[in-house]
Amino acid sequence: MIRFNPAAPDGPAIDWTNELARRAARSRHPALQAFYQAGCATGDTPLESVPLVALDIETTGLDARRDAIVSIGLVPFDLQRIRCRDAFYEVVKPTTALSEESITFHRITHSDIRQAPPMTAVLDRVLKAMTGKIMVVHYRAIERAFLDRAVQQHLGESFTFPVIDTMQLEARLHRGSAQPGWLARLFGRKIESIRLADSRLRYGLPPYSAHHALTDALATAELLQAQTLHHYSPTTALRELWS
Amino acid sequence: MQIELIEIRDHLSRFPPFDELPEEVLDEIARQVEVGYCKAGTQILTFNQEIHELHYVRSGAVDIFRRNGDLYNRLSEGDIFGHFGLLGRNRVRFPAKAIEDTLVYYIPGTLFDQLCEQHEHFADFVEAEGQSRLKAAVENGRASELMKIKVRKLISRLPVTVPLTTSVQEAARTMTEQSVSSLVVIDPHSQWPNPDRVPVAEPHHGVMVGIITDRDFRTRVLAEGLSGDTPVSAIMSPNPITVQGDDTVFEAMLSMLRNNIHHLPVVTRRRPIGLINLSDIIKYESQSSLYLVSAIYNKQSVEELKSLLPDVRATFVRMARDEASAHMIGSAMSGIGRSFTQRLLELAEDQLGPPPVPYAFMALGSMARDEQLVVTDQDNALVLDDRFNPAEHDDYFLQLATIVSDGLAACGYSYCKGGIMATNPKWRQPLSVWRGYFNDWIDRPKPEALLNSCIFFDLDAVYGESALVEELQELLAHRASSNEPFLAALARNALNRTPPLGFFRTFVMEKDGRHKNVINLKRRGTAPLTDLIRVHALACGSRAQNSFERLDAIAATKLMPPEALERLRYALEFLSLVRIRHQAVDIEDGMDPDNDVEPENIPAAERHNLKEAFQVLSNAQKFLRFRYPHLPVTRTL
Repeated sequence: MIRFNPAAPDGPAIDWTNELARRAARSRHPALQAFYQAGCATGDTPLESVPLVALDIETTGLDARRDAIVSIGLVPFDLQRIRCRDAFYEVVKPTTALSEESITFHRITHSDIRQAPPMTAVLDRVLKAMTGKIMVVHYRAIERAFLDRAVQQHLGESFTFPVIDTMQLEARLHRGSAQPGWLARLFGRKIESIRLADSRLRYGLPPYSAHHALTDALATAELLQAQTLHHYSPTTALRELWS
Repeated sequence: MQIELIEIRDHLSRFPPFDELPEEVLDEIARQVEVGYCKAGTQILTFNQEIHELHYVRSGAVDIFRRNGDLYNRLSEGDIFGHFGLLGRNRVRFPAKAIEDTLVYYIPGTLFDQLCEQHEHFADFVEAEGQSRLKAAVENGRASELMKIKVRKLISRLPVTVPLTTSVQEAARTMTEQSVSSLVVIDPHSQWPNPDRVPVAEPHHGVMVGIITDRDFRTRVLAEGLSGDTPVSAIMSPNPITVQGDDTVFEAMLSMLRNNIHHLPVVTRRRPIGLINLSDIIKYESQSSLYLVSAIYNKQSVEELKSLLPDVRATFVRMARDEASAHMIGSAMSGIGRSFTQRLLELAEDQLGPPPVPYAFMALGSMARDEQLVVTDQDNALVLDDRFNPAEHDDYFLQLATIVSDGLAACGYSYCKGGIMATNPKWRQPLSVWRGYFNDWIDRPKPEALLNSCIFFDLDAVYGESALVEELQELLAHRASSNEPFLAALARNALNRTPPLGFFRTFVMEKDGRHKNVINLKRRGTAPLTDLIRVHALACGSRAQNSFERLDAIAATKLMPPEALERLRYALEFLSLVRIRHQAVDIEDGMDPDNDVEPENIPAAERHNLKEAFQVLSNAQKFLRFRYPHLPVTRTL
């Protein structure tokens, strides 16, 4: 099971414009240099003008040090439209064995990965799809950790990138001071679930089948559109949302 | 690897006009789709705006307007809009607004053009105006198409709501201002059981607790002399009967027929989205059984009611010709029969004054089962409140029963030869006596006695205090299932009438009055089938009255294998349809309809099916014998 502490404070927001510039100067691998040099929208850019890409990966387990990526899905979007025709989806051959448990999750099997390319062959295109964009994920710890690990393995450098975490946005709404105390819980007030499917339900978004990287990416993109229209505004500054 | 957007493709594949496109075309559409979220209240398209995409509602609800601002259509999951603009000069013709939070799939206009060019049925679908599509379906005599239309399509506006503390005068003013004939009453302080599921921008919060109609002002305010500041809560009909937006118009119609109501709130997820009334449906189904029912309620005498007899037969013939299912026809004809009975009771009460104690008029047999056709006896009874005192009150109820029974006979429902009518003092009794009857039948089952009383095991309230009848239904359902000897006796009766099949699967025929070789399809077919279905349903503790619904109840308990139940359903449907068609032909030929079919007049293929259906009945009877092996074989009738 995923364990996390969503009630933890967001912490001081990083200025991603500076951070990417700093990394561009230090990075040696051309693919990473290109990614960092492209930079990203500045913190005061209104969200409606920010190029976004929803990102989701499925893995063999939850520990980035031991487990590996089996599929990756990306779909570019902005607040108006999610552009399926520019979507990216690839099953990759994981560097570690598939566990039975993970197969039941994402239904990618041994025979699926036999033909699949290794992460090295895919990484370049993934980085290109991410370049110049702000990534949108549901629970940033997974995507950050696994992509960092994959880049370290294949390109020999650490890797990080700016994200908007739709789970974190839901946590702010439902797990802030409004979170029911033990007394309220005793009397049956439930804690709102901030899982992707449950969060979507709150915005009238339809149920999608989970654990397909591209479907989850699409589902995350739709969720951010809904969250923005209900709780923020298209002109909200990017720095209020990224982390 | 091919990029798969399964969620999008699969969803499109379930709705017309995409449902008939090949897989690879659907894949291509899914690849080209763009997705956008529109919050409730968002204007999605404005008049004359440039448009280059087909819009598809993935979830939520969208209202489509005419130029003058009138609501033109209300769309939901799987509906498309914007196509008229794409077919024209790429300008929006019908503005669109999200009325719930809506997820839209946008399909590029270039792809739309390709689909129109390459797939004829896609082009036909998008080019046809919504209304003319419906009209064509009706004119082609394809009533079944109409039966598929969803109720939400009839809604022309959001329901007008008032809180339950509003005064009746204020409510009347609101209705006049908004020119509506009914209001939905809400309780603003009551919470939805699951507030998460209620759209955020919902304009009227609170729970629907009742409705009021024009008629309520007459009967409950003016006639009672109530003051204008009476709260609406005092006069509303609480907990109104509703239909789901996804129900068919046909289902809404049946609900109106059964309950004799003319206003029906339409809900999705328990939230009222509109109110339909009788005239909305009549607009869609003139010449229909509902039209007939509303005519019945306008008649002022038995003579006037009698004049509707040709219309009843015409409705039956039309439904038969439109290939409505036996279930639909049975329900509609029973609804008509109920309406005659109800109207006669209203007329009788007008004449005799209000009843001295509460009562329920109870339908038995085919009307209770919603399986009435045109050739039918009246089988009914009166259940009276226990305060009933024969010396004081029976005169009233005898007169009431006589008016109804004579009226029904005049309207084509012949007297019951077995005397099972409310005019018979034995079947005009207080609830406690009725409880005694049922207990006696169940506890001391004598096959001979049950043979005459098994008609009482199909029972339903038609008028008055329905709770009195519900109590008997409850008693029967509750006690029958645990009483093996009773079920065995009932099973034995169900085996009395065998299908007309000889040893070599030849028809065994009887002679009718004109010495023709005939098979009585009711006596040898549908009746023994409904008999044996009743035994199994009672054994399952089901309260269902309709045979098809009883089969559903049996299926839920796994008493019989699903294939066997499927075969029974098919046999009942087929035998009923042959009966229906036979009667419809008789009526069209100007003859009195009956149940006697001459196999010689049946086409060979259908004759084969008829034998099949009888064989299903025969096998089902064998199973019944196997289930109740200790049938008292020594006692004969």
